Amino acid sequence: MAKRTPLYEEHVKCNARIVDFAGFDMPVQYSGVVEEHNAVRKAAGLFDVSHMGEFEFTGPDALPFLEYLTPNSVSKLTDGQAQYSMLCNENGGIVDDILVYRFNPEKFVMVVNASNIEKDWQWIQKNTGRRTQYAIRNISDQTALLALQGPKAKEIIKTDLKPFHFFEGELFGVKNCTIARTGYTGEDGFEIFCPADQAVTLWQALLKAGAPLGLKPTGLGARDTLRLEARLSLYGHEINDETNPLEAGLSWVVKLDKPFDFIGKQALKKIKEGGLKRQIVGFKMIDKGIPRQACPLTDGKSQIGFVTSGTFSPTLQIGIGLGFVPTVFSPIGTKFNIDIRGTQKLAEVTAVPFYKRK
Amino acid sequence: MEFPDDLKYTKEHEWVRVKGDTATMGVSDYAQEQLGDIVYLELPEEGEEIEKGEPFGVVESVKAVSDIYGALTGKVVEINDPLTDNPETINEDCYEEGWLIRVKIANPKEMEDLMDAAQYQAYIKEETA
Repeated sequence: MAKRTPLYEEHVKCNARIVDFAGFDMPVQYSGVVEEHNAVRKAAGLFDVSHMGEFEFTGPDALPFLEYLTPNSVSKLTDGQAQYSMLCNENGGIVDDILVYRFNPEKFVMVVNASNIEKDWQWIQKNTGRRTQYAIRNISDQTALLALQGPKAKEIIKTDLKPFHFFEGELFGVKNCTIARTGYTGEDGFEIFCPADQAVTLWQALLKAGAPLGLKPTGLGARDTLRLEARLSLYGHEINDETNPLEAGLSWVVKLDKPFDFIGKQALKKIKEGGLKRQIVGFKMIDKGIPRQACPLTDGKSQIGFVTSGTFSPTLQIGIGLGFVPTVFSPIGTKFNIDIRGTQKLAEVTAVPFYKRK
Repeated sequence: MEFPDDLKYTKEHEWVRVKGDTATMGVSDYAQEQLGDIVYLELPEEGEEIEKGEPFGVVESVKAVSDIYGALTGKVVEINDPLTDNPETINEDCYEEGWLIRVKIANPKEMEDLMDAAQYQAYIKEETA
């Protein structure tokens, strides 16, 4: 049976349509994907993302261990700061994309994708080396995670917190929250960790406080269209064990010159020196049609690539997508075809993100 | 959800309105609700032959792609052309403004396989149980 987050009953109460996602019964939509999408762009939305995993690293070896596990520079973080990063394998492929939060010099929390919790845990255990001065705990089941996203979010949680920073405190009477100014929608907003047994209280309090501002519960359907308009990668689509961060447009995460060895460093160095053969581009449809994951991209005769993510963009009102193409097809304005169920439809490489907040 | 009594229905969740030798087809209230926000629609051309139980068009929501199946065999005599520019009309009014195609019925005997509103509602109940 699928797992449930502490907020499952709340979703049912809000008339959610529940689907299986990464082994969890999750709300894909409440009132409708487009309405929820627009709520986040214009007001605010509240997502339950408690299915995501959290690993806590503590001890004097926590920092050097994280430097070894991830290509970004963990040492650059100060207390109360978060960083987008990833776990890479020896070939430079991506085991998972993650966020790393520094609470203090000897305590970090890594947030991982729900679908990869088990895989990441095994991967980390396999790569501990001779380190002993650290402890790692999987705190996923005892941690709930809510994402409050949209231009009105800062009127619901009033704080001058900077992006990618966080603090620990009480929120709407719920103690032991961690409030971070992060998100996955292209809007301003917060991600809030709280003890699993307090999730319902916090969910209800946030919905109540935000209702007069237009806050709505928002599901995974809108989360996907929002992240795609903001050109944010999704594991299993843009990135996986066989794609590397350089071709995936995430080279800014890889700090080859950081003074630590890390898994995948040699491979990524070689890939960078050799130049990229393919890369991910954003494209919009010129012909009518909606690109979907795995649709072939063609030059009219033969296949040149494939779609990694595609959707109808509620903001732009056209089909948009991301896909791998040979580097020669990557300049903005380049046209190619998408084979959508056997029909060739014209598309054009466009600047990303597709949507940028003002 | 509404299921008008004067219509016939299929297991693939299309509705049919028969007038003389012409059948108008669309997707049911249940189908449009299951699909969610409809954002794209592909219809056949006038003059094309469609077959009972075979796909004749495609409807897409933000998240999903679904085929639309012929309720009866026949030649397409009219399509609801403006609908392809405003496919969300199907969500708003699936039985009137949201009709898809009109077909000249080739084999009236096929109508015996269609369900009436009560049978269709029982079918949905069974399918979702």
